[in-house]
Amino acid sequence: MEQLLQQFASGLANGAIYACVALALVMIYVSTDHINFAQGEMAMFSTYISWQLMSWGMSFWVAFILTVMISFAMGVLIERLILRPLHNAPVLSIIVVFIGLLAIFNSMAGAFWSYLIKEFPSPFPKSEFGIAGVIGAHQLGVVLVTLIVLGLLFVFFRYTPLGLAMRAAAQNPQMARLVGVRVDWMLALGWGLAASVGAVAGIMVAHIVYLEPNMMGGILLYAFASALVGGISNPAGAVAGGFIVGILENMVAYAGNQIEKATGVYIIGNGEKLTVALIIVIFVLTVRPAGLFGRVVVRRV
Amino acid sequence: MAASSKKWVLGIIVLAVLVPLLQPVFPDVVSNYRLFLVSTMIIAAIAVLGLNLLTGFNGQFSLGHGAFYAVGAYTAAILMDKLNVPYWATIPAAAIVCFIVGYLFGLPALKLEGHYLALATFALALAVPQILKYKWLEGLTGGVQGIVLMKPEVPFGLPLSEDQWLYYFCLLVMIVLFWGAANLLNSRSGRAMMAIRDQYMAADTMGIDTALYKTVTFGISAAYTGIAGALSACAIAFVAPDSFGIFLSIKFLIGLVVGGIGSLLGSVLGGIFYVLVDNSAQSLTQFIRNDLGLPFDLSAYTVFGVLLIAIIYLMPMGIAGGLYMAYRKLRGARA
Repeated sequence: MEQLLQQFASGLANGAIYACVALALVMIYVSTDHINFAQGEMAMFSTYISWQLMSWGMSFWVAFILTVMISFAMGVLIERLILRPLHNAPVLSIIVVFIGLLAIFNSMAGAFWSYLIKEFPSPFPKSEFGIAGVIGAHQLGVVLVTLIVLGLLFVFFRYTPLGLAMRAAAQNPQMARLVGVRVDWMLALGWGLAASVGAVAGIMVAHIVYLEPNMMGGILLYAFASALVGGISNPAGAVAGGFIVGILENMVAYAGNQIEKATGVYIIGNGEKLTVALIIVIFVLTVRPAGLFGRVVVRRV
Repeated sequence: MAASSKKWVLGIIVLAVLVPLLQPVFPDVVSNYRLFLVSTMIIAAIAVLGLNLLTGFNGQFSLGHGAFYAVGAYTAAILMDKLNVPYWATIPAAAIVCFIVGYLFGLPALKLEGHYLALATFALALAVPQILKYKWLEGLTGGVQGIVLMKPEVPFGLPLSEDQWLYYFCLLVMIVLFWGAANLLNSRSGRAMMAIRDQYMAADTMGIDTALYKTVTFGISAAYTGIAGALSACAIAFVAPDSFGIFLSIKFLIGLVVGGIGSLLGSVLGGIFYVLVDNSAQSLTQFIRNDLGLPFDLSAYTVFGVLLIAIIYLMPMGIAGGLYMAYRKLRGARA
């Protein structure tokens, strides 16, 4: 039972990370209809920046905030310089550009900081607390930080004029433009925010998976699954999807473990986590493309 | 195909057949290593052709063709390792297995379009190494260690080196496959494939069985890439799960985009291109480190990434498209 709770808690922490990356994906998807395949690598790159800042002697939280700001600028720049000119390009071109970005970020991180695995510090105390050591301090911290980020985003989009303008630009660009919203810049801001949220996810997860250029590959796949489960056009759904998928992932591994213990037959375990995500992705895409909370889009042909 | 281009193709094939025979004359220029390199280029060209059939001629995206390459390679490796099947017989076997796998993957892909299909295949590419390491398959796949094989031997006591023979074998397979693809595309079925790419709804209305064509194209495309995988297993004489990650699929995409989407010639150029960059990245890094004195490890993927974006901006139809445009311009100037 205790083990089950532990798995549940670590699923919650993983879920928080997936929720962040999924939210970043959804933010870009909602405003531009693009799926950002480079999101994971951008987050990884940001994490390296924060590592670099810390190794120059900054404290964790200072580096954290600086990195989030740098990532914001990076996201805005990518949108303005690389994606803006391709506004009306065919889907394939956009996908190819994203894959190009993925390759660039991945290889540049390897070039600057080498492919050696690095340890990444955690800002939270080592001691375990909570209910009988069920949840580690870092895990709890990750969940808290994620919830704070989500809260801030919610307040931003719900209660500020800029947030309202961004929502308008995403929902109805023509009308937004008519009432004086600078839609172009709203898209760029969306990219910046997505990069920042991704950076938070990267910094939070690096302590768990260790820092290396390929660290986000699996997480990105889970984030895709989360975004799809929640409905890729629904930010709140993506967050819920993140937690659902995070917990589901650990429960599947736990169940596999129990089956192996009981019957001695190995069916599924930690080694199949990506396969589980793949199955979720394909299942949701084919059976219910709108996800659990998404809106079904009816298109006139 | 026009008569003039037929002559060109024939000339290039004759040249390709003759080149290894020059080895005694120019032992430094036509080294065994170079022949091996050209063999890998041929394999790459076949893999890119597979992707091109799907994306370039049928309009379905795949970021996960590395998966079919892996299935082909493992099919060949397992047949050779466990059942002692001769290497040449593994090629059709890999083609059949990959056709089935591709066809099956094509069924859910029917419901997906554009970004979503890219997403599903991207997910497939990310998961492949893990699937290959699956415990139940370990007896067959050798798990993390992979399978070590023997290099193909020269048959009939021909006076050739192993690398020369491999080169001829790959060349033969490539000629057959490209001939097949050219004929397929020139047929009624090929026109149906392209009609689906250009105007899905119109094709459907005209009575083309779009679902059948799309899934079968997925199967054929997977079979082509799978054959390339099987050839690579023969050539490298080794397969291991971690060589079939997401970056393999990205390489095929590079070949497709750089060579030219929707062009047979482009597939060849694309294959040659990515092997070339992959192999010269190391010497480029040395050049940057030693001659320019910069502490920077240039990876092939930096080049790939920059090129992918540059090509989309400058030459959306790739090298083949660019060549064709240049040719048209020259012809226009003369007329």
